[in-house]
Amino acid sequence: MDPSDQDGDALTPLHPNYVKVVRLGTLLLVLPFVIGALALEFAGVLSRGAFIAPILLLALYLIVRTPLRRYHARGYQMGTDRLRVVRGLIFRSDTVVPFGRVQHIDVHQGPVERGYGLATLVLHTAGNHNASVSLPGLGHDDALAMREDIRAHVKRETL
Amino acid sequence: MSHEPRAAPEDWRRTSPLSFVVTAIMSLRQAGLGVVAAVVGTGLWRQGWVVLVPMLVALLAFTSFFTWIAWRHFRYRFSDDDIRVERGLFNRTARSVPYERIQDVSLEQSLVPRLFGMVDVKFETGAGGEDEVRIRYVTIAEAEGLRETVRARKSGETVETGEPLSADEPSRPLFEMDLKRLATFGLFEFSLVVFAVLGGAAQQFEFLLPFDIWNPEGWLRLLAGPGHWLEELGVATQAIGAVLGLIVLAVIGLVTGLGRTVLRDYGFRLEDTPKGLRRRRGLLTRTDVVMPIHRVQALKVTTGILRRRFGWHGLSVVSLAQDAKAGNHVVVPFARMDEIAPVVEVTGFTLPGDTAEWHLSSRHQRTDSLVLTAIPFALFAVAAGWFGSLIPDLPAGWHLLAAAGVAALGALLSLREWHLWRHRRHAIDARQLYVQHGWLAPRLDLASRVRLQSVEIAQGPLSRRRGYADVKFGVAGGTLEIHGVPLDEARAVRRAVLDSIAGVDFSRLGEAD
Repeated sequence: MDPSDQDGDALTPLHPNYVKVVRLGTLLLVLPFVIGALALEFAGVLSRGAFIAPILLLALYLIVRTPLRRYHARGYQMGTDRLRVVRGLIFRSDTVVPFGRVQHIDVHQGPVERGYGLATLVLHTAGNHNASVSLPGLGHDDALAMREDIRAHVKRETL
Repeated sequence: MSHEPRAAPEDWRRTSPLSFVVTAIMSLRQAGLGVVAAVVGTGLWRQGWVVLVPMLVALLAFTSFFTWIAWRHFRYRFSDDDIRVERGLFNRTARSVPYERIQDVSLEQSLVPRLFGMVDVKFETGAGGEDEVRIRYVTIAEAEGLRETVRARKSGETVETGEPLSADEPSRPLFEMDLKRLATFGLFEFSLVVFAVLGGAAQQFEFLLPFDIWNPEGWLRLLAGPGHWLEELGVATQAIGAVLGLIVLAVIGLVTGLGRTVLRDYGFRLEDTPKGLRRRRGLLTRTDVVMPIHRVQALKVTTGILRRRFGWHGLSVVSLAQDAKAGNHVVVPFARMDEIAPVVEVTGFTLPGDTAEWHLSSRHQRTDSLVLTAIPFALFAVAAGWFGSLIPDLPAGWHLLAAAGVAALGALLSLREWHLWRHRRHAIDARQLYVQHGWLAPRLDLASRVRLQSVEIAQGPLSRRRGYADVKFGVAGGTLEIHGVPLDEARAVRRAVLDSIAGVDFSRLGEAD
């Protein structure tokens, strides 16, 4: 692969489990609203189903559809000397971090991520903008392997 | 190049149990204030010790428990080529810091850790702020050991700044400001900030004033009150009064500007020394800053709306500041371009020449920003006209006047967008990137291609449809953005910049170029 021309190349998709992680996160986020809507429904303030139906539909869309679209919008490309991270459904962002500018590397695992064997790779740079670029939804082993690769690259370049 | 990803468990180290005690005391001290406030505020203290003692014990147990968990799950390891730090119970973070990236190891002692003979070890990398790596609370001996380890592992790398580049020429003056220049500068620094300060003070001390200054009725009474003294003065006197008022305002503005400038920039002197650019300035507080040239990441050539007409400009450097507080230093506050050029040259940058190929932003971007600015104002103008006609007591024609005013404001702001687009341009050459933006007071940013940290192409919903994008660069200590360029061009710029970045490693930036 010619590292100088990444733009046309296909992106590597994230681990399929990432969809589940995002779904679970969204579920936790919308749950209070659904409970609130249910309470209103049973309180009988509004006519039957007037409030709960749209809320449930919206919640369903947010939980089922959006994470899937989000998953498809994300992707990365591990080059020989740079990492490209693409994300965003509405506001697209396409960031490239050269390994030569990586200050330090985090592999982060939240409780949900750990349950699904996923991890987030975070690259820290010295720039004010994009001081840390994170790439979620990687298999934990992949994330560790990528860290070692980047690590080795930093070492090689400096020697 | 031999490192195994999984280390033997005995390599991992934990901070000493004493550090758990220190952390617990520190967090208890933080929680303590809130608890005292809560106890006093709710009147719980009246309940006596029966309630208070169990509460305090519970608090102690609570903080200790969480501190203990945090301590139990924090471990670090020095492997062959990096420091690994792992922490967290539920949110686990494993951080890896290559030795080459560690700029400095600082040891910090605050009161409580000091009593126990512990220190907070910070490994400073270029990344600023909270992303630093800390090992909190190890014994002083161990901390010294850590520092030695890092230094030993780092050895073989180049020595930091300090070595004289040209011993025969210790320091060369680059730019100085005499009193005449300082005075001219002061005039252009015209500032009405004193009114903001007075306003703030008035708000603080308004109880001392004889009337409520924020109450318009009070003012009306003063102006039109007993005897209507202002109204009786006649038009001519009123006009003279207004002119006098404006003159007073101008004088205050000028004096403020002059005063602030003299205080800040008196005896301004910039020198080229072996250690970098040395700047001394100030009347009452004299500051002396040395900016190593290899730390300069980008330059900014600035100007003002008015001073630009007279050919005055300023120069600032964006640098990878060690203290991370001031990444932006003015090196030439007020000068002609031919005085700025030699300073630019010393920093290793070059100003864009006549051959520079300037590119404008996308025309679609211009149209979109114009329309987006105009639409809300158009809607508001229509609304004002329509609702105004519904108000019964309003004199005839007023609603049309209001609508016209809103429309005019919208037109003006749209015009501004158009001018902004016209004055926004960028160029790229073999070593540098130039971005110029701003309408009345244009600014020129110069960035060295190899010193950029990352490149992002960002698009919103509109720009995606219309095929343009913003290119955002990571600059240590500053920001740099090319706004609204066609997508192909954005990609071409990114490709070019990335290729020059990938060629040179961050740690070698000092020696390169």
